[in-house]
Amino acid sequence: MSAPLPRWADVVVLPLVNLAIALLVAALVVALIGQSPGQVMTMLVQGAFGTERGLSYTLYYTTTFIFTGLAVALASHGGLFNIGAEGQATLGGLGTGLVALWCSQTLPAPLLLPLMFIGGALFGMIWAAVPGYLQAYRGSHVVITTIMFNFLASSLLVYLLVNRLKAPGNMSVESVSFGPAAHLPGMHEALAWVGVTWPSSPLNLSLFLALFAAVGVYAFLWHSRAGYRLRAVGSSEGAAAYAGIRPRRQIIVAMGLSGALAGMVGMNEIAGVNGKLLLDFVGGAGFTGIAVAVMGRNHPLGVVLASLLFGALFQGGAEVSFEVPGFSRDMVVTLQGFIVLFSGAMAYVIAPALAALVQRAKSARGAAAAVQPSQAPHG
Amino acid sequence: MDEALIGALIASTLRVATPLILCALAGLLAERSGVVDIGLEGKMLFAAFAAAASGAVVDSTLLALGLAMAVAVLLSWLHGFACVSQRGDQVVSGMAIDIIAAGLTVVLGIAWFHQGGQTPPVADTVRLHALWPGAQATLERVPVLGGWLGPAIGEGLLGHNALVYAALALVGAVWWLVYRTRFGLRLRAVGENPQMVDAAGVSVLKLRHAALTLNGMLCGLAGGYLVLAQNASFAPNMTAGRGFMALAALIFGNWRPLPALLACLLFGFLDAAAIRLQGVSLPGIGEVPVQAIQALPYLLTVILLAGFIGRSTAPKALGIPYVKER
Repeated sequence: MSAPLPRWADVVVLPLVNLAIALLVAALVVALIGQSPGQVMTMLVQGAFGTERGLSYTLYYTTTFIFTGLAVALASHGGLFNIGAEGQATLGGLGTGLVALWCSQTLPAPLLLPLMFIGGALFGMIWAAVPGYLQAYRGSHVVITTIMFNFLASSLLVYLLVNRLKAPGNMSVESVSFGPAAHLPGMHEALAWVGVTWPSSPLNLSLFLALFAAVGVYAFLWHSRAGYRLRAVGSSEGAAAYAGIRPRRQIIVAMGLSGALAGMVGMNEIAGVNGKLLLDFVGGAGFTGIAVAVMGRNHPLGVVLASLLFGALFQGGAEVSFEVPGFSRDMVVTLQGFIVLFSGAMAYVIAPALAALVQRAKSARGAAAAVQPSQAPHG
Repeated sequence: MDEALIGALIASTLRVATPLILCALAGLLAERSGVVDIGLEGKMLFAAFAAAASGAVVDSTLLALGLAMAVAVLLSWLHGFACVSQRGDQVVSGMAIDIIAAGLTVVLGIAWFHQGGQTPPVADTVRLHALWPGAQATLERVPVLGGWLGPAIGEGLLGHNALVYAALALVGAVWWLVYRTRFGLRLRAVGENPQMVDAAGVSVLKLRHAALTLNGMLCGLAGGYLVLAQNASFAPNMTAGRGFMALAALIFGNWRPLPALLACLLFGFLDAAAIRLQGVSLPGIGEVPVQAIQALPYLLTVILLAGFIGRSTAPKALGIPYVKER
């Protein structure tokens, strides 16, 4: 067994090395299909951060990824792998949308928007708490159940949209548009209030909600008793039970909170951008959340940074696909897969190698330090 | 009931069930050896792409199937390297394979064929055809088989391509392999109690890698079937959750070949029925929404796993990387 990594290497260097390997493999693929990785990368960074508009789109994607990434991260602190953020986000959007459909004509925005937020979080929470309950009390594994719940969620959304919520006389499968009270102000609108002109984009105030959620998850996990209980069960169920914590209840709490975080995606996509319920507004963000959590080492700050990375990749990738014929945005999905592979599944391949490297550097320095004093008298 | 309906229902049940059966058998071999495989979807998708890409360029069915299997086996080995040899997380590794397959097939498809991720249709000579195309017409001339029986046998049972029958035969083959051979005994043991297998001097890792290799071959056949028998060309994300449905069928069948086959047939039947029940009002129930029938396999699996109908018991060492004692 090699020595464990020092903390600075574990927290900073390892994720960067993993990312670098994933980027390298992705660059090989880009080169394989006959394009220049350097050119693609430059264009991608330029597209993601180069303009105010590009930056806004990047942050808009980031917002959704923070929610789903936090969801996956929080569950894994409870020792659970929540693969169902996709379905929970779908249900969250549904909850947000249903509140908006019912009340957007009658309630004013300051009352309606919090209600929509609660609706989304509640729907996501319930959709995740059921698999949690089934794992805790009925012994069915949460990974399998949440996979099934993803499919159930999408079937449910299709059913409701096609049979119940579709606007009459409308060809596309979507609900009627909400009233203006259900609109979460865009960032350009909010900045206009304080006199800053900013180009119009899907970026909206839910970015602050996402950052707030990240701080909340941090405070919950490391500065509250409930968070301590959850982490205790995640690290050692038996020890936690011996200390008087009920693991079964913690499983439901972890899944419920995780689902609530995923459900908040509805505020960004439904209340902030679309203004109506439609199909597939999550678009794989639940799975990106897995990559985000793995990359961000399940820490809220890491999740925010990883979300920014993925937001930039998605926005930049879209720009590159406009500019370079034959480049598709699916390259970003591929890279996402590589990141899950290298920093998630193969974490045990790279970490020991890195640890050995650090160890060797240390002992080399130690040897040098040991040699020098003995040489000093001669010199 | 319509005379032709039964035949058509049986036929489409078998058609839909075939890739599920192949994938469920693949999952069975991996999971009975103790390796969780949620990468079935990705392996099948990449195999379908390989078959379509090969079929679009070279005029050979065998090459298309061979390449499909080779690609799926390579992905299986990647899974094996990450989480059998290196003891990585099996669920995360499977997820990575799914995501990589979903992205990379489209990237390569666009780069090679310039059709937005689709491949050109596979030539008719490469595609798989019904083994006995005249069966239905012949049977209908036999007087005893008049009415519904003729189409039921002719179209429903005898109107398929070789891969459909191969899938059914493979259920028997896998059963025999798992329950009647020395390899199968060790495979089951390694999924329940790897320490014991190791103590008996049999390599846990070798067994799991072997199971994953067979798993890849079966996934390759499933992917090949989608292109060579069903769709004729590759389309982005054409597996559309079939890999996960096969996983559901495997669990529903309690990790055993014959019950898994029945689960696949049930799920295939539900799919076949859902299309025909669209807008039809059933007596006593009223109109059943298509989405409800399509969601039924997943719902049934959840209910079964929760222990409300029967009990589903996974192999004991499933998902736990094996660390050799020192």
